Amino acid sequence: MIKTFGKVTFVLAFVLVFTSCFNKNSPNYQYMPNMYESVGYETYEAVDNGLFPEGTEALLPAENTISRGYMPYEFENTLEGKELARLQPSPLDSLQKETNLAKGKELYDIYCAICHGNKGAGQGTLVKREKILGVPSYDDVARNITVGSTYHTMYYGLNSMGSYAAQLENEEELWQVAEYVMQLKEDLTK
Amino acid sequence: MKKVLNRHLFTNVLGLSLLLFSTSFYAQEEAAATEVVAEEASASGDGDPVKGKQLFNQNCAACHALNRKMTGPALANVETRLAEDEGLDREWLYTWIKNSAGMIASGDSYANKIYAEYNQAAMTAFPTLSNQDIDDILAYTAAPPPAPAAATATAESEGGSGEGSGGISNEIILGALVLVFGLLVIMLFLVNNTLRSIARANGVVLEKAKAEKRVPIWKAFAQNQFLVLVAAIFLLLGSAYFAYGWMMQVGVDQGYAPVQPIHYSHKIHAGNNKIECKYCHSSARVSKHSGIPSLNVCMNCHKSIYEYTGNPEGPSAEDLANGYTNEFYTGEIKKLYKAVGWDEENQRYTGETQPVEWVRIHNLPDFAYFNHSQHVSVAGIECQTCHGPVEEMEIMYQYAPLTMGWCINCHRETNIKVEGNEYYEAIHAELSKKYGVEELTAAMMGGLECGKCHY
Ligand code: HEC
Ligand code: HEC
Ligand code: HEC
Ligand code: HEC
Ligand code: HEC
Ligand code: HEC
Ligand code: HEC
Repeated sequence: MIKTFGKVTFVLAFVLVFTSCFNKNSPNYQYMPNMYESVGYETYEAVDNGLFPEGTEALLPAENTISRGYMPYEFENTLEGKELARLQPSPLDSLQKETNLAKGKELYDIYCAICHGNKGAGQGTLVKREKILGVPSYDDVARNITVGSTYHTMYYGLNSMGSYAAQLENEEELWQVAEYVMQLKEDLTK
Repeated sequence: MKKVLNRHLFTNVLGLSLLLFSTSFYAQEEAAATEVVAEEASASGDGDPVKGKQLFNQNCAACHALNRKMTGPALANVETRLAEDEGLDREWLYTWIKNSAGMIASGDSYANKIYAEYNQAAMTAFPTLSNQDIDDILAYTAAPPPAPAAATATAESEGGSGEGSGGISNEIILGALVLVFGLLVIMLFLVNNTLRSIARANGVVLEKAKAEKRVPIWKAFAQNQFLVLVAAIFLLLGSAYFAYGWMMQVGVDQGYAPVQPIHYSHKIHAGNNKIECKYCHSSARVSKHSGIPSLNVCMNCHKSIYEYTGNPEGPSAEDLANGYTNEFYTGEIKKLYKAVGWDEENQRYTGETQPVEWVRIHNLPDFAYFNHSQHVSVAGIECQTCHGPVEEMEIMYQYAPLTMGWCINCHRETNIKVEGNEYYEAIHAELSKKYGVEELTAAMMGGLECGKCHY
């Protein structure tokens, strides 16, 4: 009888050992880890060899350098800067307006509609759920937004609205969104 | 002659009853506090707090909260506060709210003081608000209208239930079953033993002694060569099947769901609040990697969202069973603040940051090349096709196996998106002539060539 007990526990233990390998919190075994994970750094990898100050593979650009295709933005992040920016027209080709607006709509629906709403009336999902408040409607007379001031707002952010310069790929995309915002404002005031 | 045993002796065996845990019982305290507030509203006079709330949320809430400093000061009871501390009346407030910049320029002493205190952050001018509107807003800041009773009740029940009491977790049920099973086995042994001893006491000869003379079944089996052969084949096939299955899953991480440093929930962000995937994974549109958003992207919203209030109906029973209370989630947002170095008291960054070390889940071996923008932007495939129902995932897990067979299958079945892509016009015309079909799959375009995915 003791023997049967022993056998039963053995089988149970065996099963346990096997099932414990399928732990969803840790990755599976690999056949040839050297082939799977090469010595090169991977995107966003942590690197703790002391060479990189941040301890991550991703680094900030070296100081006083700019990335390829970067155009400096001439207006400062101040009230005066914003007033100057308000007068700036969009540099995009007005013959391409259709495509620009289509692209602008696509980007707007991803990045702005969650707060400002699809129509720009300040009634996005987060506002309706009362998670974020105080989102203005684009046709707010006191704000008098223009394509230039919208660009300025996206570039630097404004109080509790953050900057979107990092999430949008380049100046062109920022301008496309700004033009689409003006289109929404026009539709709202109609 | 054999004596028949009285089996009834042992029928009254242990009656087992399982104690399962009843689901949590929350103390639903009645919200009595709400009425007190409503009364005070009339005291502040003429304004309508309900209309005021609407105006406040529309115009002021971007910078002001009632009981918490944001870009501007907390506004609960401003009017009484300013009247008592600074001797300012409602006229002052009218002028300030309609044109604060003008007031600062005119040299008003308190206006300049508070302007300096808030690092010269400018308050928007509201020339369009009428005095009545401002009265309404001030009425609201003096006494917010009572929240709907349901919301208050849930808020309180959350406070009471603490860390996720109750709910029947699977483990408890399993444990109970194992326990029952173990008890049954022990009982069987006990019964058997008692029977034997009774039999012995009564001098009954057990069958076993007689059975000795028969050939044991395993010996009979071993002597039959055909049976042995068949059994061996079955055994080999069976183990080969399992061994193959086991070896094929080595290196496949389907279902992998590591614990992340911040309990970030896609269900709450992409599901309940319907935030677009590309809002956060913005490089999926344009590059190989989708990327994990950097923390400044989180702060676009979390500058304002400092606590978790969840759905209006309160946390679901399922969430509570897992310990996902509102306090738990709020604690996770504080972790985010710690990582970005956001000082909630003073509403500014301290500069002391700690990168969050997210654990990477989807990871192809380095000899395979996969590009998100090709699939997301060019082919127009939804994230969910490959990553599963992300908007329902409380904890992120790997949905697809990410094996080569998986990639290839899809390339064989999926058509490329030709419309609106000038690049494909010529090649499409040529290839559809070659294959004699209208619709081209990714495979026909070369999606099976080794070099496209292996470098
Ligand atoms: C997280 C919510 C949120 C998102 C997302 C958001 N905004 Fe805003 N936006 C706000 C808030 C809040 C304000 C009010 C800021 C203030 O006046 O203090 C605002 C104000 C504005 C204004 C008015 C600025 C002015 O001159 O008064 C414009 C224009 C604007 N946003 C454009 C955009 C665009 C374009 C996007 C998408 C790239 C965007 N917003 C995304 C919350 C958001
Ligand atoms: C753009 C952000 C912003 C908006 C929108 C805003 N305020 Fe302000 N408010 C401020 C700031 C910042 C201060 C602190 C003074 C300063 O720096 O100008 C302030 C100060 C005040 C004060 C003085 C408070 C005190 O304790 O002295 C009152 C009253 C006030 N705001 C009311 C309002 C009302 C009412 C609204 C909506 C109609 C509003 N604010 C909208 C930013 C804002
Ligand atoms: C509010 C920002 C945000 C939104 C919106 C969002 N994600 Fe994420 N996503 C994250 C963060 C942060 C992580 C890393 C933490 C984790 O793995 O849970 C992540 C991780 C992932 C991963 C796993 C990455 C890995 O390590 O392999 C996938 C896949 C993913 N997200 C897909 C999606 C999809 C699909 C959507 C849209 C339904 C979406 N995400 C929406 C922030 C976001
Ligand atoms: C577009 C706005 C938005 C962005 C961007 C965003 N969040 Fe959230 N977050 C929310 C909302 C809305 C809630 C739910 C708040 C509520 O229900 O009260 C939330 C809740 C949370 C919570 C508590 C619930 C949970 O998921 O555990 C955490 C933690 C959190 N966010 C972390 C993050 C992190 C980390 C990032 C950056 C990768 C991020 N958030 C980016 C809007 C956002
Ligand atoms: C055709 C299938 C497919 C589609 C569609 C897809 N992904 Fe992926 N995703 C993958 C694969 C495969 C990986 C692993 C990539 C690697 O390890 O190089 C991955 C990795 C990721 C990661 C981990 C970080 C990285 O970039 O390696 C995130 C985050 C992610 N995907 C988000 C998304 C989002 C958001 C979308 C939708 C916009 C999306 N994915 C659409 C297959 C897909
Ligand atoms: C959901 C279906 C789907 C899955 C899964 C999928 N692909 Fe694709 N893939 C496509 C489609 C559709 C295209 C054609 C895109 C286009 O129009 O150019 C494509 C194109 C490609 C291309 C470019 C082919 C060429 O001819 O230039 C590569 C490389 C590629 N995929 C790699 C992968 C890898 C690696 C995986 C697995 C990790 C994978 N794909 C999984 C649908 C898929
Ligand atoms: C659609 C993209 C794609 C194409 C085309 C493709 N592969 Fe793969 N291959 C992969 C991916 C992804 C993996 C990694 C699978 C995994 O990790 O389980 C892989 C894995 C492999 C492996 C296994 C390596 C290992 O250690 O597991 C071999 C061998 C291989 N590929 C050879 C080939 C050959 C030969 C061809 C041409 C006939 C080819 N592949 C075409 C995507 C592709």
